Amino acid sequence: MDQEIKIATLDAEGISLKSVSLWQVTWKRLFRRRSAVVGMIVLGILVLIALTAQWIAPYDPLKVLIGVEKVKQRQAPCIHLLGCPADQPEHIVGIDGNVRDEFSRLLYGTRVSLWIGLSTVTFAIVIGTVLGALSGYFGGWVDTVIMRVMDVLLAFPSLLLAIAIVTVLGPGLINALLAIGIVSIPSYARVVRASVLSVREMDFVSATRALGGSDFQILFGRILPNALTPLIVQGTLGIATAILDAAALSFLGLGAQPPTPEWGAMLGSERNQVFSAPHLVFYPGLAIMITVLAFNLLGDGLRDALDPRLAHGG
Amino acid sequence: MTQYFIRRAFFSIPVLFGILLVTFALARVIPGDPCRAILGEKATDAVCDRFIHENGLDKPIPEQFVIYLDEVFHGDFGQSIRLGLPITRLLAERLPTTVELSLAALLISMVVGIPLGIISAVKHNSWVDVVTMVWANTGVSMPVFWLGLMLAYVFSLLLKDTPFWLPPSGRISPGIPNDPFFQVWGLALPETGFFTSLLVFISRMNIINTLLSANWEALIDSIKHLILPAVALGTIPMALIARMTRSSMLDVLGQDYIRAARAKGLAYRTVVLKHAFRNSLLPLVTIIGLSLGGLLGGAVLTETIFGLSGVGRTLYEAITARDYGIVQAFTVVIAIFFVVLNLLVDISYAYLDPRIRLN
Repeated sequence: MDQEIKIATLDAEGISLKSVSLWQVTWKRLFRRRSAVVGMIVLGILVLIALTAQWIAPYDPLKVLIGVEKVKQRQAPCIHLLGCPADQPEHIVGIDGNVRDEFSRLLYGTRVSLWIGLSTVTFAIVIGTVLGALSGYFGGWVDTVIMRVMDVLLAFPSLLLAIAIVTVLGPGLINALLAIGIVSIPSYARVVRASVLSVREMDFVSATRALGGSDFQILFGRILPNALTPLIVQGTLGIATAILDAAALSFLGLGAQPPTPEWGAMLGSERNQVFSAPHLVFYPGLAIMITVLAFNLLGDGLRDALDPRLAHGG
Repeated sequence: MTQYFIRRAFFSIPVLFGILLVTFALARVIPGDPCRAILGEKATDAVCDRFIHENGLDKPIPEQFVIYLDEVFHGDFGQSIRLGLPITRLLAERLPTTVELSLAALLISMVVGIPLGIISAVKHNSWVDVVTMVWANTGVSMPVFWLGLMLAYVFSLLLKDTPFWLPPSGRISPGIPNDPFFQVWGLALPETGFFTSLLVFISRMNIINTLLSANWEALIDSIKHLILPAVALGTIPMALIARMTRSSMLDVLGQDYIRAARAKGLAYRTVVLKHAFRNSLLPLVTIIGLSLGGLLGGAVLTETIFGLSGVGRTLYEAITARDYGIVQAFTVVIAIFFVVLNLLVDISYAYLDPRIRLN
C-alpha cells in the first residue's frame, strides 16, 4: 500500500505515469498470504496431475490386474522403499476391491474432481449472475419473484435438495453435477444482486444512461464488472463445496457410477471394508480433503486480498 | 419486538408455500408411471388403474395440490407401501435419533469451537492461533463420511481392548434394558393424544430417557455409542464456529469501547468475556443456525455410516428404494424445520441487536 501511495504522489508530480491496477494489487497481496500461497501451490500440483494423469499413472485406472500380476483383491500398499519384498509388484496405495491399482485411480480421480468443481460452479455462476442481475437491475415484481424462488431453494439443506433432485433425474455423474449446480445458484444470484443494487444509482451508470446506453449495455458493460470480485471469491469457495457435495452424492451411490475413478464413489464402494482394508477408504478421502482444502485456502486468501477494507493492513 | 416477529413470520409464508410446491412437484415429475414406480414393474393395468384412482392421481393437478396441502396440514403423509407403515409414525419413530445426534454434534462443536475461537483471537498470530486456524481449515474441508469411517477404524478397531474403545454402530448395546422413562416411573398414560406422543418422542432420545429413568448403565452405554457419530457430524460446524468466533472477536477487540474498558482498569478477562464476546455473538448465531441445517444434510451420511435409523438414513434408503412418499414427507419436514430455524436466527438477531428491529 505504501508503494501505491508513492506511485500516486509521483503521478501528481508528473514524473511517472505508471498506474497500478486492482489485479496487480490483489496479486501482490495474495502472494503475501502464506495460506493462499499454499493453496495455489497445491492446486497447481493437482492441475498438473490432472493434465498428465495418463503419463504419470503407473497403471490403467480401469484395468483389472487378475492374471496380469500376482496381486490379491484389496491387497495392502506395497512400497519397495519401505521394506516390501522386491519380487512383489509395487502398488503404493494398494489394490482395490476389483483388483485395480488404487494409486492410478486416485490420480485419474483428480481430473474428475476438478472437472466437477469447475463445471458446476460455472453453471451456477452463469445462471446465478443472469438471475441476480435481472433481479437487482429491474427490481419490482421481477425481483420479488426471482428472490422468493431463491429463498425456497435456500430453505432446503443443500445436500438434501441435491439428493432430492438426483432422485428425480436419476443417479449419474451428470445429474449429480446438475443438482449441485442448481442448489448453488442462489448464493451467486444474491451476490450479484447485492453488487448491482450498490452501483445501480451511481453517477457513472446514470452517465451511460444519459448518453443513450441500452439496458443491456448498462447492465453488462457498466454494472456487472463490479460484481466480478465477490463472484470470484464466492466461486472459489463454491468449488470446494461442490467437490465435497459431489463426493457425498457419489459416496451414496447417486453420483459417479462405477467404474469411473471418482474419489467419493471409490470410498463409498469400499466403506464396508474399512476394518479389513482401511487404505481403500483413507486415501480417496485424503485426496478429497486436500483438494477441498486447497480451494478453501485460495478462496479465503482471495477474499482478504480483494477486500478494500483490509487495504491498509494488506 | 412483537411487531418485528409478526412481520418476519409473515415473510416466511411464501417460502413455506414454495417448499410445499417444490416437494409436490418433485413427486409428480418423476419420470415414468408413478404406479409402477411404487408397486413395481409387474403391476397389471387393472391394479394400476385402481391404484391411480385410490390415490387421487387421476384428478386435475391443482386439485391434487389442494388435497396434498390439506393432508400436510393435518400431519397426514400417507402410507409407505414398501414398509407398510404410516409415514407420520415412521417420522415420529426416527426423528428423535436425528434430533439427539444433531444436538450432541452441535453441543460438541460449540463447547470446543467457541473457546478455541476466543483464545485464537486473544492470542492473535501466536502458535495457538496458527494451529487452531490450520485445524479449522482442515475441518471444513473434510468429507463427513470419511471422517466417520476413519474414527470408527481408529476407535473401534485400533483401540480395541483399551479403555478408549468405542462401538462402531448402533445406539445401545443389545441386552441392556432401556425402558421408556414413563414406564419406569409407573405413569398411566392414555393410549393416544398429544401428551402421550410427546413423552414417547422424548423417551426415544436415549440419553434423556436413561437420565430420566436413572438407568446409569444404559446412559453410559448410550453416550459411548453417540460419541463417534456426534464428533464426525460436529467437526465441520466446530471448525466454522471457531473461525467465525475468531474473526468477529478480532473485529470487536479492535474497537474503541474495548480500549476504554481496559483504560478504566477492568480486568482483561472481564473485557474479553463480557464486553467483547457478547458483541461478537451476532455472526455466531447465524453460523450456528445455518450449521443446524448443514447437520441435517450431514445426518444422512453420518447415520448411514454408523447404522443409526434416524431421519437421514431412512430418507437415503427411501431414495434408493424409490419410496417417494417418504422422500416427499421427510423433505417437507426437514425444510419446514429449516425455515423455522432461520426465523429463530433472525429473531435472536433482533433480540441481540436492537438496531435491526428498529430498521
